[in-house]
Amino acid sequence: MCLGIPGRIIAMTDPARMMAMAEVSGVRREVNIACVAEGPPEGLIGRWVLIHVGFAMSLIDEDEAARTLAALHELGEAQEALEQMAEADREMAR
Amino acid sequence: MKFASEFRDPKAARALLAAIARRAEQIGASREKPVHIMEICGGHTHSIFRYGLDKLVHEGVEFIHGPGCPVCVLPRARIDECIEIARRPGVIFTTFGDAMRVPGRSQSLLQARAAGADIRMVYSPLDALALARKYPERDVVFFGLGFETTTPSTALAIQQAAREGLGNFSVFCNHITVPEPIHALLKDPHMVLDGFIGPGHVSMVIGVHPYDFIARDFQKPLVVAGFEPTDLLQSVLMVLDQIAEGRAEVENQYARVVPEEGNPVSLAAIADVYERRPSFEWRGLGEIDASGLRIRPKYAAFDAEEKFGIGYAVARNPAPEPEGCACGAVMTGRVKPTACPHFGKGCTPEMPLGALMVSSEGACAAYWQYGGARVAAE
Repeated sequence: MCLGIPGRIIAMTDPARMMAMAEVSGVRREVNIACVAEGPPEGLIGRWVLIHVGFAMSLIDEDEAARTLAALHELGEAQEALEQMAEADREMAR
Repeated sequence: MKFASEFRDPKAARALLAAIARRAEQIGASREKPVHIMEICGGHTHSIFRYGLDKLVHEGVEFIHGPGCPVCVLPRARIDECIEIARRPGVIFTTFGDAMRVPGRSQSLLQARAAGADIRMVYSPLDALALARKYPERDVVFFGLGFETTTPSTALAIQQAAREGLGNFSVFCNHITVPEPIHALLKDPHMVLDGFIGPGHVSMVIGVHPYDFIARDFQKPLVVAGFEPTDLLQSVLMVLDQIAEGRAEVENQYARVVPEEGNPVSLAAIADVYERRPSFEWRGLGEIDASGLRIRPKYAAFDAEEKFGIGYAVARNPAPEPEGCACGAVMTGRVKPTACPHFGKGCTPEMPLGALMVSSEGACAAYWQYGGARVAAE
């Protein structure tokens, strides 16, 4: 929960609530973009962001995203974040 | 040594290690008289152990593992209170998975769930909001936990709940801040620290200026660092450079992610939703002035402390540590995890007794996870 995980914004889902769809290591997850929005939210589509507990907190470039993801995988943190997303989805459906 | 395969850029790592060794020699640091550098963030602790950086650096550099692991500093009483709230009729209690195995006085949240309480792991406070919309007849409580990386997300969720008028959503707010415990550690006469590695992702939110007092008032260097191994080595070198040159400054090694002024939207949400508690309890460290956040009165309808009359603000319920547990001494760098009588015996990651064994970012769990392999290799 402390380390952010890189994801790529692929679509806007609910601009009024600042919500967008992100792809994180092949997994899709709706995230809030309030902290990284600068100008029209559509401008974020295709951009890489660091995501903390469902909130995009920082814009990063593709190279930084790849390096961060590799580091997170080596620490086991990326797998943990993805497991927590999947676990949360199961709990929501309960 | 598996050195080459472990680092993405072994050449850069070797060059940094050599430069660190030169600087350490130059300032007269030795195994007997080491330079003590505290990495504040639990993510950094994990990275240091994962790559064995504490063994690779010159013997005159010693890492002290700081208090930056939120579940590790969570007092047992707060877990007891979570369980008390979760047992109230109609409540759905939601939490990050990290908190599930933290031992309370009699149970963890995981055990309370097995005993029938409706406790659900969420990835985001937004999941808790979604549950509140889905179950309007239930009271959905989110356990607000963590440092400045998670405080803005909880604040933004409360603001969203207020906009939607989601009266069945509340937050059990136990958020804490990074600079205040560092201030407390620096004032401790037993603490011998020569410099700091500052947290990366916390600083992405708050910027670098909240650490200015460390350089200005205590004349200690601090370097905000990324968490790749070469980021950490570079930051250690920057701290040693400052010591060698007689400087004490706040520097930013992780400028590619950390803006000097932090993230303005996050800071605005934090300022709108929270106020500082006069003091807050940290497991192993005791009461620290102004180190915890509570929800402002204007958002009282979303404050679980108010709604249920349970929490630190209502009754402190100090809970003594389990007998012999050395978490506090480990966290202040006075003893190594292996010196604790429970380490690896009554306290393992599978069955943690103390909080430092719960999370992979806790010093004891990191020692346990990477210690065995390392001892075998030496």
